[in-house]
Amino acid sequence: MTASAHLLEVRNLSKFFTLRKGMLQRAAGHVRAVDDVSFFVDDGETLGLVGESGCGKTTTGRALLRLVPPSAGEILFKSTQLAREGEAPRLIDVATATEKELKVLRREMQIIFQDPFSSLNPRMNVGQIVSEPLDVQRIGRQDERRDRVGSLLESVGLNAKDARRYPHEFSGGQRQRIGIARALALEPRLIVADEPVSALDASIQAQVLNLMLDLQNEHGLAFVLIAHDLAVVRHISDRIAVMYLGRLVELASTDALFESPQHPYTEALMAAVPIPDPDRERAKDTGLLGDVPSATSPPVGCHFHPRCRYAEDICKTESPPLREIQEGHTVACHLADTIELRSFGS
Amino acid sequence: MVPAGLLLVTFLFGLFHFIPGDPALLLAGDNASAEVVEGIRRAYGFDQPLPVQYWTYMKKVLQGDLGVSNFSREPVTALILPRIFNTAQLAFWSMGFAMVVSLILGCCSAMFWNTWIDKLITGIALLGICTPVFVSGLFGIFLFSVKLGLLPTGGLDSWRSFVLPVVTLGAFQAAVLTRMVRASMVEALGQDYIETARAKGLAETAVVFKHALRNAMLPIVTLFGLGFGATLGGSVVTETIFTWPGLGRTMVESILSRDLPVTQGALLLFAFMFIGINLVVDLLYAAIDPRIRFDAP
Repeated sequence: MTASAHLLEVRNLSKFFTLRKGMLQRAAGHVRAVDDVSFFVDDGETLGLVGESGCGKTTTGRALLRLVPPSAGEILFKSTQLAREGEAPRLIDVATATEKELKVLRREMQIIFQDPFSSLNPRMNVGQIVSEPLDVQRIGRQDERRDRVGSLLESVGLNAKDARRYPHEFSGGQRQRIGIARALALEPRLIVADEPVSALDASIQAQVLNLMLDLQNEHGLAFVLIAHDLAVVRHISDRIAVMYLGRLVELASTDALFESPQHPYTEALMAAVPIPDPDRERAKDTGLLGDVPSATSPPVGCHFHPRCRYAEDICKTESPPLREIQEGHTVACHLADTIELRSFGS
Repeated sequence: MVPAGLLLVTFLFGLFHFIPGDPALLLAGDNASAEVVEGIRRAYGFDQPLPVQYWTYMKKVLQGDLGVSNFSREPVTALILPRIFNTAQLAFWSMGFAMVVSLILGCCSAMFWNTWIDKLITGIALLGICTPVFVSGLFGIFLFSVKLGLLPTGGLDSWRSFVLPVVTLGAFQAAVLTRMVRASMVEALGQDYIETARAKGLAETAVVFKHALRNAMLPIVTLFGLGFGATLGGSVVTETIFTWPGLGRTMVESILSRDLPVTQGALLLFAFMFIGINLVVDLLYAAIDPRIRFDAP
């Protein structure tokens, strides 16, 4: 495996789900939930992953930890735990790692789930939930683990005494903090945050996001932040990847993406962000046409062309490759050089 | 529990007084003279107004007096009590068998959801649900007792007498419960906290048994309780097939011989066992699910 400076590098990741029909469960088609997606994440940075419902962002996030087994591609993680003492970190392909390696990798990669109500086992108290990763990985003695749970709960703004309470006694925001404490227990270097705030009230969202930023500064964490809310992503991401129907359509630094979006879909997403100013008129001409097409039979050519205001003939026949148009700014659009899109820079 | 018990006694009293037929006439026999019938009516208090009869009956039940058998002249309690033990034993072992089998098969089914293992178990369970106890019981007697001579056809002499009735009665419950355990486990395994557990690095068996099963247990315990009740009901048929000296067979015999006090007593005890089981299930809830505890810390 080639050496890489990135903490995580995803190469040509794909996940297909086979649809089965009838008594004999014949394969009736595939859903390309994730289709040939490549990106990387560096130490301590936040990569935002945005797109509409059903575009494959959650599947991508889960595949990164192999909670869903990927169909193809490599997920290279720079693991220090799996490297020998004193040696350089080792690149491990999460997609093909053994069960044993995977268990060690869990120390370095964790996930925060979208729904703080269903992602905590209702039969376990908070102390058990947070300390279980430590128990499983056999880290520390029992009393050390108890102390660690207490300090973890305090670091996410809860009380150490809350360890004896059960999840149903907490509010949504508090539960999400418990989820974060649980993810932090193993001191991971990468956390996949799958819509961590979308189930929370707007006032709580900011608290949780700021907590994530604080923890990132403190521990040097890297985040893959999956969200559909561009305002949230913009607030904490260093770079943003935009997905549409399983494919990556644009990837750039947050500033570059907002200042000069190169893909019409990115433009449409940004135009859809509500602006809290009643005097300002809504942009009518950048909206999307129609609905998301079926993922079982996506449109030929560029997946986005039926909804694109700029689509030309080539878009209907040829699938646009992802190409770099500026340093660190890649886009999958035939017309990226010819069309002028709105800027959303502040 | 107490109000339910009182309601139950009242209901039973009403049931036996509103069914057609004159109890005095029944006791006296077809050829008795009018004076004899009248004498019996007075002796048993059947001539008293209904509320008075109800009050007398209630008092007696609360004192543990269920009357005297019309035929053997023995007190009903003395007749029934040893048989309750036999029925309870049968129900207990059957349910134990059903619980163990259904938990194993149900969990297997859910873990290998939608594979041939799941489908095989589902097929067996459906067969079990569709086979009435009197069919499987008679088939069991035919095969293991008559043809192979391994087990006794009936009665209660040694542990070998237990095998056929317990398996017959338990298999039906096991089949029903397997389906329920599977459904409950499939649901629990689909929850987000299962993903959480996997992300923590837990082994798959720990995920299934520690996280999923514990959450799936609540509906399962409810059904185990209901299953216990159904087993008590099913024991009426099973005991008759295997000539098991239990409460169910006593009840059937008393009905056939129109021995009202015995029927009434047997029904009452069946019902009280049912209430007792429900109480145990409710208490188990609190032990299993912290959300149901009243005094949550």
